[in-house]
Amino acid sequence: MNVVATRNFGAPITRNEDARLLTGQALFVDDVELPGMLYAAFLRSNVAHARITSIDVSAARARAGVIAVYTAEDLGDYWAPGPLLVPPPPIKDITFNQRTQVPLAKGKIRHVGEPLAVVLAESRYLAEDALADIAVELEPVPAVTDLENALTDESARVHDDVRGNVAARVRQGRGNYAAVRARADRVIARRFHYDHGCSSPIETRGIVAHWDARANHLTIWDTTQAPVFLRNGLAGMLGLSERQVRVIAPFVGGGFGPKIMLFYPEEVVIPWAAKKLNRPVKWIEDRLEHFFATTQERGQTHDAEIALTADGRILGIRDVFFHDTGAYNPYGLTVPINSQCTLLGPYVIPNYDSAFTAIFTNKPIVTPYRGAGRQHGVFVIERLLDIAAHELKIDRAEIRRRNLIPPDAFPYNNEIIYQDFAPLSYDSGNYEPILDKALELIGYQQFLAEEQPRLRAQGRHVGVGVACYVEGTGIGPYEGARVQVQANGKVGLATGIGTQGQGHFTVFAQIVAEQLGVSVRDVDVVTGDTDQFYWGAGTFASRGAVVAGNAVNEAAKVVRQKILKLAAEHFECAEEDLEIANGEVSVVGVPGQSVKLGALAVKANPMRGAVRPGTEPGLESTQYFGPSGGATASGVHAMIVEVDPQTLTLEVLKYVVVHDCGTVINPLILAGQIHGGVAQGVGNAYYEQLVFDEEGQLLNASLADYLLPTALEVPHMEIAHTVTTSPLNPLGIKGAGEAGAIPVGPLFAQAIEDALGLSDRKIELNEIPLSPARLFELINKPSDAE
Amino acid sequence: MSTETHDITVTVNGTPYRRQVEGRLLLSDFLRHDLLLAGTHVGCEHGVCGACTIIFDGAAVRSCLMFAAQVDGHEIMTVEGLAPDREHLHSLQQAMHECHGLQCGYCTPGILMTMKVFLEETPAPDEAQIREALSGNLCRCTGYQHIVEAVQLAAERQQK
Repeated sequence: MNVVATRNFGAPITRNEDARLLTGQALFVDDVELPGMLYAAFLRSNVAHARITSIDVSAARARAGVIAVYTAEDLGDYWAPGPLLVPPPPIKDITFNQRTQVPLAKGKIRHVGEPLAVVLAESRYLAEDALADIAVELEPVPAVTDLENALTDESARVHDDVRGNVAARVRQGRGNYAAVRARADRVIARRFHYDHGCSSPIETRGIVAHWDARANHLTIWDTTQAPVFLRNGLAGMLGLSERQVRVIAPFVGGGFGPKIMLFYPEEVVIPWAAKKLNRPVKWIEDRLEHFFATTQERGQTHDAEIALTADGRILGIRDVFFHDTGAYNPYGLTVPINSQCTLLGPYVIPNYDSAFTAIFTNKPIVTPYRGAGRQHGVFVIERLLDIAAHELKIDRAEIRRRNLIPPDAFPYNNEIIYQDFAPLSYDSGNYEPILDKALELIGYQQFLAEEQPRLRAQGRHVGVGVACYVEGTGIGPYEGARVQVQANGKVGLATGIGTQGQGHFTVFAQIVAEQLGVSVRDVDVVTGDTDQFYWGAGTFASRGAVVAGNAVNEAAKVVRQKILKLAAEHFECAEEDLEIANGEVSVVGVPGQSVKLGALAVKANPMRGAVRPGTEPGLESTQYFGPSGGATASGVHAMIVEVDPQTLTLEVLKYVVVHDCGTVINPLILAGQIHGGVAQGVGNAYYEQLVFDEEGQLLNASLADYLLPTALEVPHMEIAHTVTTSPLNPLGIKGAGEAGAIPVGPLFAQAIEDALGLSDRKIELNEIPLSPARLFELINKPSDAE
Repeated sequence: MSTETHDITVTVNGTPYRRQVEGRLLLSDFLRHDLLLAGTHVGCEHGVCGACTIIFDGAAVRSCLMFAAQVDGHEIMTVEGLAPDREHLHSLQQAMHECHGLQCGYCTPGILMTMKVFLEETPAPDEAQIREALSGNLCRCTGYQHIVEAVQLAAERQQK
């Protein structure tokens, strides 16, 4: 396919899915209403670490309107720890201790919110009433919350048989850091803390399960990002064939990563209960539960060291970090491996020695949330470069420029193993123009030379920041798509990935429209329904457009060939004499000689008569696409911020994103992805923090206390693109879903330091999230910086 | 827990409904699960996110902070009542579509209802006023920028 911008591909086309969403007609999980439905409520632990002495559910079972109450004992042989979703990559000398979550706690509680029992009742109100009837006796165990203490022999153990609470130890590197350190002009070492937050989609999680006993069939509506794997897993657990289970991920109200996690305890318990009771069951997570029962991302502490030449060239980096994985590790090492890999950024770092320890704590489970550990690594390298720039008296943008990977060095192999188990190799890139464009748009030189001195003279505290990053996107294994011309002339398209607002109904339609000469509005897209498309991995790692998009393109190309072949037979002409446009095939230069695609679709499925051997019915094709490796997107964010020195509140005066994600399918939708990512980055940088006390209690589990940024905190953003296509897929696409969120932390730290002149006071902001209160503490204590 | 019931009559999107409701039934649950008007979404059930915003006697209110029993004799508009008919969108809906002001669409009904009342009270707002008015509705997908543009566009068109 020729990927030049046309009226479909590459155009800012408004979305096919909007009308339903805007008029309240889109189906979300909680909108599913079925006759005889029961409602579930889970009794959750209110302590982080305890042994379970007894659970008495007799009073709850006796309450009017309660149909059943179950504990782990009631699940019998069905009770089992969940699967390891992502096995550890094949890294030499790795330590990995697999401990996965359980459907209902048995014997021990390992984090606040872990479910102990489930009530099924005639209404949600009654189910919640009955939770108060359950008597639980617990024997508290000291909570494991501090990463370094957790490693000691004196610490309690989250899992009794895991010494030192070590979930994993991994060391990766390239070159010889010790050797270059010895000859470096400057070595800078710092400790960095980076705490991530929770994704807080406005729609919490939920599931409806409907067992049809007559059909021997289970239908599940779930807020999942991975419907195919949910179906396969549930079928296995429940002793059903996969064809007996249909999972529908309908409209899903935001995902951002935690909805790819499976199997959540509720996803195990609700279908089982529906089948056992032979009644539909609904469970919808409430916002309080979301803070404990949905996975989060969390803290890392990095002790990092950079070795440089006097002119600011990076010789090498050593990083030793702790990663808090929460109470269980079903998602393997994806988050810390991403941190380890993404730290390398867009820079030439010839010598790298990185070791991490992942640690179990009595906190909710950690799995990827938008960025998935990339933020942590980017924070470390960007802050190290800021400190190096200050110490070596080099401009902050300039020290970055000097270290960028040159355009002729691609594919660029970083030699360490990435989350997709392949060596971390950047497929393509051209980084310096991105930096140039960002500096130009933010007015970097002019700001530093004129604006900032002028505003400072007026007593205003303004600063600029600039941060670079790369993002590994579009990883395998594969996705598929089926394209089918319908008798009504519309084109049906089904793919296995689910959608959570990314615009799949439109961008995939654009790809089909481009191949088949139909209107984008006439492509009818279905995502995330396992009865509509059987295979797929899921929506994660900024891979939907790259992997599913290319599968759609391959399928549409085959259908195009079938259309041309059939139309050539119809007109008794050569295929080269035909063109496809406006929903019909025409003979070039012969007015009136045209046939509608719908008519060809009917012709392709004859009711009577004979066909040639080997003929397939319909104008249809199913194709799959799996890239050989991930596509690496990149970008630069720049910001001018004003800080109120009294309240330490911020006003972002200007925010610029320059981004390269290869071929752009739809710039309008792409802008939306970037905007949303930056907004979550802003939240992470200055507003959102999950505050746990040393007992493992989350102290701010409400949206009144955990502050999602509003329209007043998220700045207006100016976005520009460069295009370096990916050689790893025919459309040249790279992913864009997470990019906006990744570099915002270091950008805020740098710009705030600049605004308040903190470098001159030897104060460094080496932690995220910041907040007005935390910033006040940091700038009013003696610095431990060199 | 009290299970006393109340007989209520309420007009929603121009249609009168008579129902018997439990005293503790939230208005949001009543609209969604009793009247099957599921376009009103529930995000937090503690009055912060704004997803469940409806128009109650002309005012934008959070339906998760009211009981169904409180709406007896009153008039409500939900997102299902916003468009003039099936073929046309309301100017705010149309502008949200054109400006890509929604992604997952879950917060959207609440934003539409909040902004409808806002534009009635403030027909020619500037960006700062829109952002202030929007700040009671959380959106996790869009970063708000396209929503702000959509509200500006709708305001301009409504002025014409």
